[in-house]
Order: sequence, then structure tokens, then C-alpha cells
Amino acid sequence: MTDANTQIKETITSNDVVLFMKGTKEMPQCGFSSRVAGVLNYMGVDFSDVNVLSDEGIRQGIKDFSDWPTIPQLYVKGEFVGGCDIITEMTLSGELDTLLEENGVTFDKDAADKIREANG
Amino acid sequence: MPMQAREIEDLLRASFPDAEIKVEGEDGVHMAAMVIDESFRGKNRVQQQRAVYAALKGKMDGSNGELHALALTTKAPD
Repeated sequence: MTDANTQIKETITSNDVVLFMKGTKEMPQCGFSSRVAGVLNYMGVDFSDVNVLSDEGIRQGIKDFSDWPTIPQLYVKGEFVGGCDIITEMTLSGELDTLLEENGVTFDKDAADKIREANG
Repeated sequence: MPMQAREIEDLLRASFPDAEIKVEGEDGVHMAAMVIDESFRGKNRVQQQRAVYAALKGKMDGSNGELHALALTTKAPD
């Protein structure tokens, strides 16, 4: 069984957008994971979800890999973007839109604007 | 054993002696902290929050980490 680190590297390099989360994008099992998955789903971002609850090795490995102690963790084009707080702030400030555009990740701009209006 | 706001503030104060620090939350597990410090100037959010997590010296890590969730707000003074 390849070690967690190799698995993590393979996952984040072979998928544009990866969310390491508790649960799955259809069935999140933690409020913070649910919020980030919810934003990505609502914005129509195609992302690969990794359920850390089903693999203790990944659950600890991802924290060491990114030097970040909490879940969820979002990666775009192999780069760690942040956890729930940061993704929430970036969504509201529009920085997430810019990051996705810069990395050629398609998303629904109107949906992003709706999120901002709702949280205006 | 949940952590009290006081304990979190002391840990943060030790690493950020001149920062403006505010810690909220009662249950000791889902807490919120705001840290405004000069050392954050020019750093992006991930770098800022990594420094805060480092200040908490492992209290956040692992399933038995006392602190399950710490909502963080970090920035340099305006």
C-alpha cells in the first residue's frame, strides 16, 4: 500500500481541484467540510473529494503534508489553498473566483455572485 | 479536556506578545480567535494562520486534540 504521502501527491497532481474532507461531497459529516463542499457544489466546481474518515493514514498524512492541523483542506492544481475559514473569506472577497480563473478551473460566476449577495 | 479561552489566549500571547488578541467561545472545543499582529504584514492567509496554529503547539492536532475547531481571523494592523 503506497504510503499516505505518495497517495496524497498523486491525488493532488492528477486532479485540478481536490478537497480532503470528513465525509463525501454528497454526504459531508462535519460542518466545516460541509460548508466548503457546499460552496464548491453551488459554484459548479468539478472537484475530487477525499474522505479522510475512511483512511486514518490520509487523515494524519494530509496534516503533515500541508503543515495544517485541520480538515477540510482544499487544493487547486496541487497547491494548498486553505481550510474552511480561508475558503469562506476568499469566496466572499472574490479571491476564490480569481484563483479558479487563473488556474483554468470552470465555475458558475453567477452562483459565486449570489453567494456574495446573500452574505453582503 | 476542552481548552478555556484564557488558556488559548495565553498560548497566543506567548507567540504574539504585541498582538491584539481576542478569543471567544464557551464550550472549549468550538472556539474563535482573532489575532492582529504586525508580523502578518505581507503574509498570505495560509502563512498567517499557520503561525497561529504553531503557537497553539499541537493543541489542534489529532482526533484527541482538545480543540476540535478554532475559527481564525488573522490580519496585520490597518
